[in-house]
Amino acid sequence: MRSFSLIDFVSLFAALRWTVALVVLALAFGAPLALGLALGRISRFASLRWAMAACIQVIQSVPLLGLLFFFYFGMPVFLGIQVPALIAVTVAYTLYTAAFLGEIWRGGLEAVKQAQWEAGACLGLSAWQQFRHIIAPQALRLSLPPTVGFLVQLIKGTSLASILGFVELARAGQVVSAATFQPLLTYALVAAIYFALCLPLTLWSRSLEARLDGSR
Amino acid sequence: MNFLPLWRYQNQLIDGAIVTLELTVISAFAGLVIGIAGAVALKGRITSLRWLVRGYIELFRNTPSLIQIFIVFFVLPNFGLKLPAFEAAAVALSLYFGAYSVEIIRAGLDSIPRSQVEAGQCLGLSGWQVFRHIILPPALRNAYPAVTSQFVLLLLGTSLASQVATDELFHVAGFIESRTYRSFEVYAVICTVYFAMAMSFKALFTVIGLAAFRWPRRR
Repeated sequence: MRSFSLIDFVSLFAALRWTVALVVLALAFGAPLALGLALGRISRFASLRWAMAACIQVIQSVPLLGLLFFFYFGMPVFLGIQVPALIAVTVAYTLYTAAFLGEIWRGGLEAVKQAQWEAGACLGLSAWQQFRHIIAPQALRLSLPPTVGFLVQLIKGTSLASILGFVELARAGQVVSAATFQPLLTYALVAAIYFALCLPLTLWSRSLEARLDGSR
Repeated sequence: MNFLPLWRYQNQLIDGAIVTLELTVISAFAGLVIGIAGAVALKGRITSLRWLVRGYIELFRNTPSLIQIFIVFFVLPNFGLKLPAFEAAAVALSLYFGAYSVEIIRAGLDSIPRSQVEAGQCLGLSGWQVFRHIILPPALRNAYPAVTSQFVLLLLGTSLASQVATDELFHVAGFIESRTYRSFEVYAVICTVYFAMAMSFKALFTVIGLAAFRWPRRR
């Protein structure tokens, strides 16, 4: 047992890089997949719509903690080889991000009126051109506030990687708390750092929402 | 892959699922009470109370649920309040769910146009009658989808309680894993059980929504 010192303080901030890394990985792989899911959900082919809906339902109906453990222990079983824990965790966060962002973006796409697609078709634009130039810009505007809101969920969600031994912010908090016997100070500090990360995003999301509402 | 060794632990799984459901229902109930009280306070005239509720919402919505559970479990004993794991998790999850509920219920109340309230007053209805007959039914219908999806997220979020050794479903998974060493199989089964519970609730809420509010309505 030792007292809480500057080193503990620094180690909490140093652990932030893993929190950030996990968020970046989840977004880098999850966002393209989410776009695919969202487009699949509004496609002409009923079977594709159903398949995408089923994928999203399954992922959204399982705890994030469950996804993490499932792939942590499952990746070696699926692949037949040992993989670094980081890969398993990235897969879990990617699917989590894809499922939630996919639904958010589908909502945005569906909120753009059908007539807008038809207007594009009348102008002789191809389906991709309609999407790219007419639908996507409007859908993006509508889905930006909830997308930023989800980012907050994702940042908070990375705390679960601590349970698989990743020394991100939450895990660093546990380590420091155990070493110093100062749970009050440590966890208050950890919560404060998460709060400082998330609050600006929450406020941004809210102001975006208000601005969109005002311009309607 | 071998699921057979798990078969004899079915009673533990059922017990864990029951504790998960208890934790969910208790936290949801307490959270909704907090949510209604908070929404009323946000609508009220006392400025300091409004700020207090705002601070509570932002604090609990912008920090991870896991850290909140840790704080209730590990920090409150410093102040002479030592809660058992289940109670600590229930307190933390109630406050977490409550913070989201306040916003959902407030948004539901806000969705009623002011003119409708005035119309009710013109008809000579009392304040309570306006609330009961004009504001409440559509507010409930508007808040219902958000409350139910938040409920399902709460059900899944109770898995975090395993980290302070609450004997809910996820903690049972760790127990079975330590006995059988079938890690992947255990978590595959656990995920399936959560999935089944979440889907059952979603179906139940849809049926209730259809019966009570004719929801979802066709656009």
